[in-house]
Amino acid sequence: MLDLLSGFVQELRNAGLPVSLTENLDAMEAVRHIPLEDRDAFKYALGATMVKNSAHWRSFETVFEVYFSMRGPEYKIGEGTEDELEQMWREMQEQLEQQQGEGKGSSGGMDSLTPEEIAQMLMKALMNGDQGLMRALAKQSVQRFAGMEPGRPVGGTYYLYRTLRNLDLDNMLQKLMEASRQEVGGELTALEERLEKDEYESRIDQFKKEIEAEIRRRLVADRGAEAMAKTLRKPLPEDVEFMHASRDEMQALKKSLYPLTRKLAARLARKRRHGRKGPLDFRNTVRHSLSYGGTPAEPKFKQPRPSKPELMVVADISGSVAAFARFTLMLVYAIQGQFSKVRSFVFIDGIDEVTEFFKGTDDISEAIHRVNTEADVVWVDGHSDYGHAFEVFWDKYGKDVGPKTTVLFLGDARNNYHASQAWVIKEVRAKARRVYWLNPEPKSYWNTGDSIVGEYATHTDGAYECRNLRQLEAFVEKLA
Amino acid sequence: MEHRFSSVQQVRDSLKHVNYLADDGIAGVAFLADRLAKPILVEGPAGTGKTQLAKSVAEMLGARLIRLQCYEGLDESKALYEWNYKKQLLRIQADRNSDSWSEVHDDIFSREFLLTRPLLEAISAPDPVVLLIDEVDRVEVETEALLLEILSEYQVSIPELGTITATQIPMVFLTSNNTRELSEALKRRCLYLHVDYPSMEREKEIVLAKVPDITENLADQVARIVRSIRQLDLKKAPSVSETLDWARTMMLLNIDSIDAQTAKETLHVLLKYQSDITKAAKELSVGLT
Repeated sequence: MLDLLSGFVQELRNAGLPVSLTENLDAMEAVRHIPLEDRDAFKYALGATMVKNSAHWRSFETVFEVYFSMRGPEYKIGEGTEDELEQMWREMQEQLEQQQGEGKGSSGGMDSLTPEEIAQMLMKALMNGDQGLMRALAKQSVQRFAGMEPGRPVGGTYYLYRTLRNLDLDNMLQKLMEASRQEVGGELTALEERLEKDEYESRIDQFKKEIEAEIRRRLVADRGAEAMAKTLRKPLPEDVEFMHASRDEMQALKKSLYPLTRKLAARLARKRRHGRKGPLDFRNTVRHSLSYGGTPAEPKFKQPRPSKPELMVVADISGSVAAFARFTLMLVYAIQGQFSKVRSFVFIDGIDEVTEFFKGTDDISEAIHRVNTEADVVWVDGHSDYGHAFEVFWDKYGKDVGPKTTVLFLGDARNNYHASQAWVIKEVRAKARRVYWLNPEPKSYWNTGDSIVGEYATHTDGAYECRNLRQLEAFVEKLA
Repeated sequence: MEHRFSSVQQVRDSLKHVNYLADDGIAGVAFLADRLAKPILVEGPAGTGKTQLAKSVAEMLGARLIRLQCYEGLDESKALYEWNYKKQLLRIQADRNSDSWSEVHDDIFSREFLLTRPLLEAISAPDPVVLLIDEVDRVEVETEALLLEILSEYQVSIPELGTITATQIPMVFLTSNNTRELSEALKRRCLYLHVDYPSMEREKEIVLAKVPDITENLADQVARIVRSIRQLDLKKAPSVSETLDWARTMMLLNIDSIDAQTAKETLHVLLKYQSDITKAAKELSVGLT
């Protein structure tokens, strides 16, 4: 048990979760009080003692599944429901046979079912929300459709794809909706329809999770927990790179962005309030010294005047860097109280001001959506042309840049070998308070290929690598 | 030390008895907290029953609930203890002539002149207590350090008096709305429990338990609509307490089945931002597209 736990902790640390020694000891202590057969309780015991941040829970769960799915039986924390499943299968079989008459009376055994029959069963399971049956079906469909071969170096997602393709779950949703419509006998009201759909979607989701778990179990059995843990290791939300995030990761990012902005705003406001005293106010000190007979006994200090910069965000929203620009804009607008004014511009090869979209709406994601659909950013061909965009920026908005303005350029500076027009940045810097460049690419890629970030960076007060939420947060805190 | 609970299941059942429906995680962590004698740090969105958990545990144990509401600027004299200056002063004046100085000095720093504040009270109480430190994320990082000694050792050191150790180890709950990252030192000393919005089935049970006379059918509808609303991208998703308010509204209006129109008209009970209400109303009436 000790070995197992320490291996588990090692893997958690590898996945980026900070597990301290005391927490490890707590976990060992906790496990003593929990019956080992109770897998859920076991999981929560480990979670409560070792994972102290809700954003890390997913990573923890993955590691847990890998480590304790196969080793389960040995330590009596396995699923332990094999027999039950068998039983369920037999019952199902009988039901099905009754339904279909005697046609296939003697066949028996689940392997003989046709795919259509499986689909039918699945539909039934989903309709009734029958958990046990869903699990059994997940097992069966993985065995049948995934075509897993031991030792084949393919990731779990491949098998998942193969299984799901055969099951055709999108179609299933349609069918389910049809069925429930028939059940009521006629049309559902819009509200009912929506509710039904959400219900089925969540069930299908659950089914997908079962399938994933099954595939994972099989892969672990094949390759061993350590190897699997390594391939399944997922970065924590704050470490996910903007440029390579999958759709699910994007969703997770979006979710963690909001609490993050709230935290950031609270921290900044606090900093402002508790700011240290300003420099010595000489005049005031001398005046107060009069009441002490000319001795400056009570030094007076100037009120600190924390700067509230005006912010201009100039963001590249072409293809690969769009996600990054979106997150930065969201972050900046979420804490716009920390700035006296925020203006934003987006460009691909043309440039357009989008400040208006953010005005008068509470809903930042709606505004971002409008930016993506309505902003007029294409000039010739819709390939990034930083040079032209900057030139237009200077002509149209250059006069608005003042000594209070901080200008933020976002982009990877992959300019498709157009002219750089770096003089614009230089001019802007001469007028503005600060100019920064944020690049979502890893630093080692800078100035390779058509990236000319170096050319721009020399004219800024700093160019920063900004690949994930953690770096972005750190930068924005510094800015405000 | 005697354990309060015998099994996870027992925790769950007793909590249910006082009308708090715990899921596996909540019951498990409460059980562990008792066994390991550790505080629980409860985190999660507002209105998911974090504070209620502490209250219910207190009720279930028949213990007194001592609550420390945290806020910015909370300090030692409000959280731990304070010397009763006025009484000390009176004491000195009362027998100015009789006692020698050292006697008076020893005298005025005794238990008699100590005003206990929630934290000290919790560990010096002779009767069973549950300590609730509410919204701990509101205090400054520096003030958090005040809590560390009491959370790990269950004792309070008073320079003039010595160390006061707990006679019995109380159950301690800390709640946080996650507006800032708590310090590592604090987290390390606690068990961590994340309370999220409940699953649809659990929410339905909660509605059934908390709203008297509600029909199963209505509770089911309420829970399902709330789940759908939570899936939208809102500023503030409806909390459990808002779900309950909504269910009660339905009861007051004598509605036994919710249609899109009633839902739309009563959305303001559930959602507190105008933009959220508009969005939800739109989504609900459009349905499938």
